[in-house]
Amino acid sequence: MTQFYRNYLAVAVFAVAALGMVGAMLGVGRLVRPNRPQPEKYIAYEAGSDPIRGFGQSNVRYYVYALLFVMFDVEAVFIFPWAINLEALGVSALISMIVFILVLTLGLVYAWRKGVLRWA
Amino acid sequence: MMLGAGDPLLSGKIDLTVVLIVIGKTVAVFAFLLVAVMLYIWFMRKVIADMASRVGPDTAGPWGILQSLADGIKLFFKEQSVPDSADRRVFFLAPYISLMTAFLAFSIIPIGGQVSIAGHQTYLQLADLPIGILFLLAMSGLGLYGVMLAGWSSGSKYPLLGSVRASAQMLSYEAAFGLAIVGVLVQAGTLSTRAIVDKQAWTGVGSLGTWYVIPAFVAFVIFLISAIAETNHPPFDLVEAEQELVGGFHTEYTGIRFAIFYLAEFMNLITMSAIAVTLFLGGPAGPSLGFLSATGAVNTWLMPVFWFVAKVMVLLFGTVWLRASLPRLRYDQLMDLGWKWLIELAFIWVMVSGVIIVGRNEGWNLIAVVPLSLLGGLGILGVLRASMPNRSELVEEIL
Amino acid sequence: MVTLVLFIAFAIIALVGALGVVISRNPVHSALWLVATLLSMAGFFILEGAYLVSAVQVIVYASAIVVLFLFVIMLLGVDREESLTDPLKVQRPVALMLGLVVFALLIGLMGNHWATGAQSATAALESGDGGNVERVAREIFTTYLWPFELTSALLVVAVVGGVALARRSRRAEAASEVAQ
Repeated sequence: MTQFYRNYLAVAVFAVAALGMVGAMLGVGRLVRPNRPQPEKYIAYEAGSDPIRGFGQSNVRYYVYALLFVMFDVEAVFIFPWAINLEALGVSALISMIVFILVLTLGLVYAWRKGVLRWA
Repeated sequence: MMLGAGDPLLSGKIDLTVVLIVIGKTVAVFAFLLVAVMLYIWFMRKVIADMASRVGPDTAGPWGILQSLADGIKLFFKEQSVPDSADRRVFFLAPYISLMTAFLAFSIIPIGGQVSIAGHQTYLQLADLPIGILFLLAMSGLGLYGVMLAGWSSGSKYPLLGSVRASAQMLSYEAAFGLAIVGVLVQAGTLSTRAIVDKQAWTGVGSLGTWYVIPAFVAFVIFLISAIAETNHPPFDLVEAEQELVGGFHTEYTGIRFAIFYLAEFMNLITMSAIAVTLFLGGPAGPSLGFLSATGAVNTWLMPVFWFVAKVMVLLFGTVWLRASLPRLRYDQLMDLGWKWLIELAFIWVMVSGVIIVGRNEGWNLIAVVPLSLLGGLGILGVLRASMPNRSELVEEIL
Repeated sequence: MVTLVLFIAFAIIALVGALGVVISRNPVHSALWLVATLLSMAGFFILEGAYLVSAVQVIVYASAIVVLFLFVIMLLGVDREESLTDPLKVQRPVALMLGLVVFALLIGLMGNHWATGAQSATAALESGDGGNVERVAREIFTTYLWPFELTSALLVVAVVGGVALARRSRRAEAASEVAQ
């Protein structure tokens, strides 16, 4: 058991406490709040009119953003260890990261040029 | 080089005192965050009122300082309504995710220096994780679920639209946010928040130059913009654009559950300010009181915490100022700023600082190499922007 | 001792999550169970001292990838329960067979060092000069430089594919608007 791992245990204690606290807030709320059910209260809010069923579809644009996000997230995974160790790694790592990023930028540029990043 | 990191409290044998200290820290961080949120909301309302020549809250307590406490207590007594169309289990889960990730993100922040409690040396910080900053990114990534699921599970149109918008906004700025942090890490050479703060320790006025806000100024600006966008605060508060979306993703939440989302939102803002202080403004570093003993309680306990809180408050005042003065962005402006400017600029910054770091070791002529690499980066960006099709060409192509 | 208890706890969460993914009728619930499984995997990595990988597990898998899944689910507008009729009848028997093959392989490979590597990499990660993350970085940027560069090409291919599909659906949308 290394000492880093013990730091995670401290975070775990904090997480359990946070869970307990949210639970306690909701629990206290449950004890003190009134409850007078009326069916009208449980209609989804739609600016006062009766809600229309059958929704739940979003736009394909959001999907493209999420995809690009995954790409940059994977890039982040490599760039963080690279950044903190750059001094020791030297020129070759610098060049290979520049190449890596330029290639990734191609993906962004493709999406950009094809107009899917445009909110027309 | 990182092997020595980690809280000294946890490196020895774990006995009852150590456990009690950890629990004590947990309670202290909770109290700090909750009080900070309450005071921030009051402060925000008061300052905006001043800026708009109004009085603002003035009834509960002196200067209305207890207003947010009163609001919070009121919300406990409000009836809950869950829409019939809601997915109940997910609907109840979402507030937990939001608030827990908000709390956890704060656990890596160094609040003060190293102190001695009951014979144990420890940092005034909940945990010093070896991957510190990545933990923050992980928590803000998981925080997305709170927003997404709250909107989806409500079974209602406005919350769904609000949550899709919000989550797309948050993930758009996550990339720029991470790259801005990398802009500092290249120079700091460590992921541990404690080690980053130690590198900016106070040794006199000259150590102001080691605060990363100066050597990494561009990263600082990108960080601030994307952090505010990440937390959905003005001028990036499209999530709760009242005119279009009613209340955004938490429209169907009432009473205490709504309060939890509200709390999480402001807690995230405070955490982001604290992270900015840690990364760029030296964390708890600052001059200590020379006329008191350097090892006394005031200078080891109080002053570092004072400096930390003071710096966070300056940044928080900045967020209130933004809220009072800037109009909300349009959605396309928001996305363009994130994807077409901030990410590219952050990339260029990371590369230029990479060149500086490597070049210093290799003995390159930095005066020649740095402007060249900067020009190269900006040149590529310029060519890219110039080659992008304009709107009418695109419409034609799509049809 | 603590390690063993934590391992068992994470293992139970991982298995329950995996079952939840398969059993849930609602695709959003499945995605959430998947998050539980992925988070407990991050827990395993921490137990093994692989701190960087555990962070990556949460940042890339538990948040980015599953968020992408959720966007797709919302894009398709799968609101409540999926219909259980199978468009491809052969899928089920083939899936069952492949599942059995994978299971047999796993059982067979479990005891072999050549497949799972050394029993634990913790010692290698903690010893020597430089911290845990530094050592990983050194490996990526020396021994595994080419795979690293190829990753970028792979990512770009994925994005190009996604963009091409997204454009097709937008073009159809625009065409129907013009027709009206």
